Amino acid sequence: MALSLRAVRRKIRTSKNLQKIFSAMKMVAAARLRRVQERVTAGKPYALKMKQLVEAVGPFTIGVEHPLLTKRPTRENPCVVVIAGDKGLCGSFNNNALRKAHTFIDELGGKSVQLITIGKKAGIYFRKRGYRVVESFNQIGVNSPFSEVQKIADAMTEIYVSGKADEVWVGYTEFITTMRQKPHVVKFLPIEPPGQAAKIEISITGRPVTDKEYIFEPGAAELLKGLLPKFVRNQVYKFLLESMASEQGARMTAMSNATDSAGDLISDLTMVANKARQASITKELLEVVSGAEALAAEA
Amino acid sequence: MAEASFHIEVVTPERLIYSGDAVSVTAPGRLGYFGILANHLPMVVELGLGELTIKQTDGKTVQMALVGGFFEVSANKAIVLADGGELAAEIDLNRARAAADKARKALEDLENHSIDRELMRAALARAETRLKVAQDAGRA
Repeated sequence: MALSLRAVRRKIRTSKNLQKIFSAMKMVAAARLRRVQERVTAGKPYALKMKQLVEAVGPFTIGVEHPLLTKRPTRENPCVVVIAGDKGLCGSFNNNALRKAHTFIDELGGKSVQLITIGKKAGIYFRKRGYRVVESFNQIGVNSPFSEVQKIADAMTEIYVSGKADEVWVGYTEFITTMRQKPHVVKFLPIEPPGQAAKIEISITGRPVTDKEYIFEPGAAELLKGLLPKFVRNQVYKFLLESMASEQGARMTAMSNATDSAGDLISDLTMVANKARQASITKELLEVVSGAEALAAEA
Repeated sequence: MAEASFHIEVVTPERLIYSGDAVSVTAPGRLGYFGILANHLPMVVELGLGELTIKQTDGKTVQMALVGGFFEVSANKAIVLADGGELAAEIDLNRARAAADKARKALEDLENHSIDRELMRAALARAETRLKVAQDAGRA
């Protein structure tokens, strides 16, 4: 039997309230997404120049030993950094990121793999399943200063340099559009020697032949030592921003869908309410008319 | 005739601080201050904490506080990759003074050569650099 008119009206009211919340959340997500994108744009020149600089210095540092560059003979102790969000209500963003990382971790060695989680959801997910979470970072948001990023980057470098891990991987979510995000797991440490992959001629003097002869102060090897940690930090920053943008994009889409569904629900329920109202009026009319007719027949 | 000039950009991970044409630049190298004029040979220098001074083509000078980074010049273009930086005009004097005082006080309290002490010393140096840059730019 259909719901009573009052119950239906109450449902409509609830749905309208929910719809308002959804659309507010959508707008908040849109504003945050814009802020992340601003940061991406603001950080682009630095990232680009950093890459160019590393590539310029790279050829001069062949044979230079650096803890972040040395490959370990074993792959026994990998570490995976998983980036997800702090909050839900963002569609399948957390789920996709975590599932991708989960599969990867299981292939790598399951519960023996050391994990660094970023975002509450990632921490909860892997702790609950009994994985080895060695460190967690939460509340990294669109307004976090660069120093927060630095802390994460330092933790990632530390676990590698100290020998606790022989490899570091990062699971993050690539932002393609607001509607599309793609989770990835990529190798992070040791760093593939930048700029050394390209074929470079070595002249008789032992120096590489390039179109630019740089003066280095201090020497190239020393420079690389200062440059690499910054390069690492910038990479981490990029992964975080990328994931944050994805999260906000996913939330925006999810909330937009929720707003639309609430709208559909409201119009369906309004139809039911109108029918119920009409039915009750008809019923009352029938009662009045039949009552009057009964009276007339008696008279 | 116009003086020879070159393009310079100062960027931090968070934003582009400065972009423009300069006649000369003085920068805080890790091994000491150095100056650059137009058409310099390609060079990469590691920077320390200090003051970056840019003499613009219009004759004005721009000062900024830098916290480490790298300086690259090639093909008459200079790029400063700073870990952090502020234009003299942006420096919050009260905040810098407060930070300097806090660090000084903490240094008095911490006797030994602890890591905290080193951190505080670095914080003091940063605050003092900011104050000095602001002062040099004529804001006291």
